[in-house]
Amino acid sequence: MAGIKPGSGPCAMSECFCGDGKDVRGMEKECDRPYHCPYGGILFRKVSIIGLVLFSSFLLAAIFSSFLSPCDPWDRFEPYLPPGQDHILGTNDLGQDILSELIYGSRVSLIVGFGAALMATTIGSSIGLLAGYFKGMADEILMGITDIFLMIPQIPLIIVLAAFLRPSFWLIALLMGSLWWTSTARVVRSKALQIREMGYVQSKRSLGFSHLHIIVSDVLPNLSQLVMPKFLLSIASAMIAESSISFLGLGDPSMKSWGMMINFAFSRGGFINGYWWWYMAPGLCITIFVLSIVLIGSFLEERDESIMGQQ
Amino acid sequence: MNRHLPSSSYFRPLLCIDEMYVSFDTSLGRVKAAQNICLELHERETLAIVGETGCGKSVIASAILQLLPSNASVKGKAIFLGRDLLSLGEREMADIRGQEIAIIFQNPSLSLNPIMKVAEQVAEPLQIHRRLPRHRAISKAEDMLSRFKLGDKASPVMYPFQLSGGMNQRVMIATSMILSPKILIADEPSKGLDQSLARQVMKELAGIKDEIGASLLLITHDLLLAKEVSDRIAVMYCGEIVEAGSSAEIFDEPLHPYTKALLNCLPEMGFKPIPGSSPSMIDPPEGCRFYPRCRERLDRCLLSPKMIKVESDDGDREVRCWLY
Repeated sequence: MAGIKPGSGPCAMSECFCGDGKDVRGMEKECDRPYHCPYGGILFRKVSIIGLVLFSSFLLAAIFSSFLSPCDPWDRFEPYLPPGQDHILGTNDLGQDILSELIYGSRVSLIVGFGAALMATTIGSSIGLLAGYFKGMADEILMGITDIFLMIPQIPLIIVLAAFLRPSFWLIALLMGSLWWTSTARVVRSKALQIREMGYVQSKRSLGFSHLHIIVSDVLPNLSQLVMPKFLLSIASAMIAESSISFLGLGDPSMKSWGMMINFAFSRGGFINGYWWWYMAPGLCITIFVLSIVLIGSFLEERDESIMGQQ
Repeated sequence: MNRHLPSSSYFRPLLCIDEMYVSFDTSLGRVKAAQNICLELHERETLAIVGETGCGKSVIASAILQLLPSNASVKGKAIFLGRDLLSLGEREMADIRGQEIAIIFQNPSLSLNPIMKVAEQVAEPLQIHRRLPRHRAISKAEDMLSRFKLGDKASPVMYPFQLSGGMNQRVMIATSMILSPKILIADEPSKGLDQSLARQVMKELAGIKDEIGASLLLITHDLLLAKEVSDRIAVMYCGEIVEAGSSAEIFDEPLHPYTKALLNCLPEMGFKPIPGSSPSMIDPPEGCRFYPRCRERLDRCLLSPKMIKVESDDGDREVRCWLY
């Protein structure tokens, strides 16, 4: 985006010698090629497709939990059953089916992850955008606030608050969302500072468009490629944080999230007695889901870099 | 007011810049980018401001539309239809920008939003200022683009990076002309385009300008381009207008030593460079700005010369030099 040169590539030639309409279509073919497959190697793209498949299967599991899970996660069967025919992933100390717990748990984990990431990204990008676009006083104040939030030790604060307030996963999502926007704000600000000096923002100003319109239709769309991977990666870190908080026993005991499952497995002797299926499954789920997000996120980042590199 | 540019056209003045000073406060000192600028732009005429890079041409254009960064200070007046543009508020200015006075910036490819289709960009002013619904604005935009030979099916739905520099320049022109502004400012429209293409784009621009009855303020360093399209020319050197008059006269009989030297730089005239280099705008030379590089300098050139009217056939012209 930054490096668009006037008359780049083959179009400049065909344009200057025959400016008639016919050539535009012929030129399209020539020009399109470099932009259609500009990014990364084939292997990298395949890996990111795997990430996408994993991500969407978890998403589907969370949405259609009630159809997919073999039984109610709160129903009791024989306890401590290893993976077998009746219960594919075995049962826990209360005899609850682990597969069903996992599928229902994805709902909670994803809601916390998405909710926190959505909130953090929204706050972060709007603060960064306003600071970067308006510069001056607005920038000073907003970045000052960001600095203050950066200084707050986040995990300890969440632990303290979760311990004092009634632990609920909404609270955890809210807390993470309102604390984790700082890095997004910083990155978005620096990009907005760059975009506001671009020629097209200047020319939109010279056409008499309002700041609001320029922000919405010119600056924000050009930030999306930056915000999207940031959003995905903050889903991943929010989910890890949720699991760690749950594992520490500060999660919502009435909700079965993946982190909560590991916590139960730990506190009720799953580790000591070697009931590996009890804690292994949720752990793997967290790992694979975070991995899928990181794959997609880094693919998006890489793609943007290679597009910029090409131009 | 008596020091305004002479008029060669019969139309009344549309924009009247009176004693405008523009300076920038920087860490190195105060950059005096434009000094004592007096210009009149008449209805339907084309006025070219020529001068070498960094002489303050573009600053005038941005100052008129209040598009300068916050470290700039602007003094003087720019009267447009009875209103002083330099003292208007941001809201009133937004109504003038695009609708009454439009500007085409240098480097067309960077002046378009890279992730918006070109037809949408051309349609945007209609949607915002005229409140047209999207589909009507787009169809009008496509009509406009077709007048600039971008009317085939493919180009309106393309993105700026898929078009060449010349095509993007036409898109820019279409965007700024779509609201039929009274004044069009073209800031180095030929930059980044090759010679033949620049001529072609300028021809199209001049054509549509005559059609909607707009005036054109052309800012360029391309002397031949200025000669071809403009009615009058103002020559700038180091933030000052040194000579002004009808374009034919300026080329036939240049008065100011700088104009003479500038014309001698043209390949047709022998490609003779001006000795010395452009003076600093922070600490400009005493007296006549061109004194250190002038071949015809006199002792009194160390005093600042005033703009003087000179008799000529084609209406009167002005020059800032002690020789006349």
